[in-house]
Amino acid sequence: MKIEILGTGCAKCIALQKIVEEAVSKVGGFHQVVKVDDIMEIMKYNVISTPGLVIDGEVKSTGKALSLGEVTALLEEAMQK
Amino acid sequence: MWKESVDYLTVDLLGLSGRVNDTINFFIYDSAKIMFLLLTIIFVVSYLRTHFNTEYVRAHLQGKSQLYGNVLAALFGIITPFCSCSAIPLFLGFIQARIPLGVTFSFLISSPMNNEVAIALLFGLFGWKVTIIYIGFGLLVAILGGFFIGKLNMEKYILLDVTPMEGELDEVKIKLTFKQRVAESWDYTYDILKKVWLYVLIGVGVGAFIHGYVPAEFIATYAGGDKWYGVPLAVLMGIPMYSNAAGVMPLVEVLTEKGMLLGTALSFMMAITALSLPEAMILKKIIHIRLIGLFFGIVGLGIISVGYLFNFIL
Repeated sequence: MKIEILGTGCAKCIALQKIVEEAVSKVGGFHQVVKVDDIMEIMKYNVISTPGLVIDGEVKSTGKALSLGEVTALLEEAMQK
Repeated sequence: MWKESVDYLTVDLLGLSGRVNDTINFFIYDSAKIMFLLLTIIFVVSYLRTHFNTEYVRAHLQGKSQLYGNVLAALFGIITPFCSCSAIPLFLGFIQARIPLGVTFSFLISSPMNNEVAIALLFGLFGWKVTIIYIGFGLLVAILGGFFIGKLNMEKYILLDVTPMEGELDEVKIKLTFKQRVAESWDYTYDILKKVWLYVLIGVGVGAFIHGYVPAEFIATYAGGDKWYGVPLAVLMGIPMYSNAAGVMPLVEVLTEKGMLLGTALSFMMAITALSLPEAMILKKIIHIRLIGLFFGIVGLGIISVGYLFNFIL
């Protein structure tokens, strides 16, 4: 899967990135984690409150640093598809 | 009920009296009341917010006519969160959706001014009447301010070239259960409380000290009293205080109790929340300093008028 974190460098964006990395190692498998920090790129996803979490091109969350449990759940849900 | 319990605690249990009792009683009563209100109001607002995130607001402001757009944007500003770190994506995102500049500014003025911490503090410190006046005139400043900025054709001062999108926005759809919404609201409330509790306690503490020990004449002489320059001075002083709104507002309550005029106090608090230096510094990356100057000028004038109006009426 391709997991993108949309954020311009705010504290919450950095927090979310750490959590995503942790969640990825927890669920296992091979996934690509990309940090998108260019504002023009972020806007292409129609996200205006950062951080945003995108899994395989689909926006899953905006404007909050999710918990480890929440990210893990989102990843597992996406993996089942 | 609360007043009696606090009285019982300080007078009967601790055996305090006179000025010491006055000060400590005031501190316990005010901080308990404010903490309770902060908890309740932030929770309610964050719950509402799980239904109206910023992306939702943008989709609903798209394609609205000028004045109606300004009104709607100002109203949305009450429930949506605002942190200066998200000002840039928000601003550009609105322009991208072809939302007029004036409507965007109505939102940018209203959102920090009507933030939940300020509203909870106002409600706790000044009661519901002043809170309604604050929100009402705050909305008016946001609507008219945005409307005038929209009339001045300032689009050329946006420094980044945003390509307007074609057609309608797809709403970003994220499904949440009731339980998730409550959990999220609670997380948010906890986060905010963690950030402000110390400021609130310090503010109330200093306020309690002034309440008990500083004579009213002192404040009336040095906080301007009814001198004509009181309002603009209060607005200027409010600009650098944004991050400390939680600590400053309890002080303003005590100052009004000691003779500061309510209009001056209102202007001061509006300036604290609506005119923030960090936000200006961040916006400077994407809009020309002239537009920022105009934004501060118009909002400043609006806030000053509110102050004079209230000093005149009351």
